[in-house]
Amino acid sequence: MRSRPVRRTRSGQFEIRLSPEERDLLRGLAPRMREVFEDDADPVRGRLFPVAYPEDDDRQTEYRLLVQGELLDSHLAALAILEETVDAERLDEDALLGWMRSLNEVRLVLGVRLEVTEEGDERPTSSDDPRTPAYAVYDYLTWLQGEIIEALAR
Amino acid sequence: MGTAAMSTMPAEVKEPEIAEVVIPDRPWVVIVWNDPVNLMSYVTFVLQKLFGYSLDKATRLMLDVHEKGKAVVSSGSREKAELDVFRLHEHGLWATMSHDE
Repeated sequence: MRSRPVRRTRSGQFEIRLSPEERDLLRGLAPRMREVFEDDADPVRGRLFPVAYPEDDDRQTEYRLLVQGELLDSHLAALAILEETVDAERLDEDALLGWMRSLNEVRLVLGVRLEVTEEGDERPTSSDDPRTPAYAVYDYLTWLQGEIIEALAR
Repeated sequence: MGTAAMSTMPAEVKEPEIAEVVIPDRPWVVIVWNDPVNLMSYVTFVLQKLFGYSLDKATRLMLDVHEKGKAVVSSGSREKAELDVFRLHEHGLWATMSHDE
């Protein structure tokens, strides 16, 4: 049983205890997410940029023109925070919120790719299964995000 | 953040007829839909953080999303609803807005 990876300190900052391997995994997320954001044809974009007006195409078009760039910038800013602070032993709350949002975006992408369902999915039984690495990352990020939320909400 | 760009949205100005009975605008509602990825604790935390809701209220709304498939999480003018939807989308929640409910 490992100790808590994210702990709120008395000063209001957060202590981050992760192994070098975990930090390397997190380091690789931002570049991969930027590739996803750059690919206009990727169907996962529908989940990252949801429709605001499902009943009104005209307003949706107007809304998208107005807001999509800003939403993209916001996502990229969160990824930049994760990337810049990935080796930090302590984070302030804003930085940890950047981590939280970034991990959630990655989980959304993996969730779409793996067609995750709410009931909880069978994990591949063979390590040769091409989905095995993605499931491993997804499950790790789910765990870490849960720990981050618990530390933030405390 | 969305505030600056949102404020440049053209306001919806309707010229009322003199004799028209003034009916207050129905508010827009912001709906969060269930999805299989977002953690329950995450949805609760985001609703508290964005809207200042108590843990109780945020938990109730999250459970509605989880069990009934959706919940109205805020309401107000069209501009406010758009801003709320934007902030929810920033946090990866599946949010839409509607004038009908």
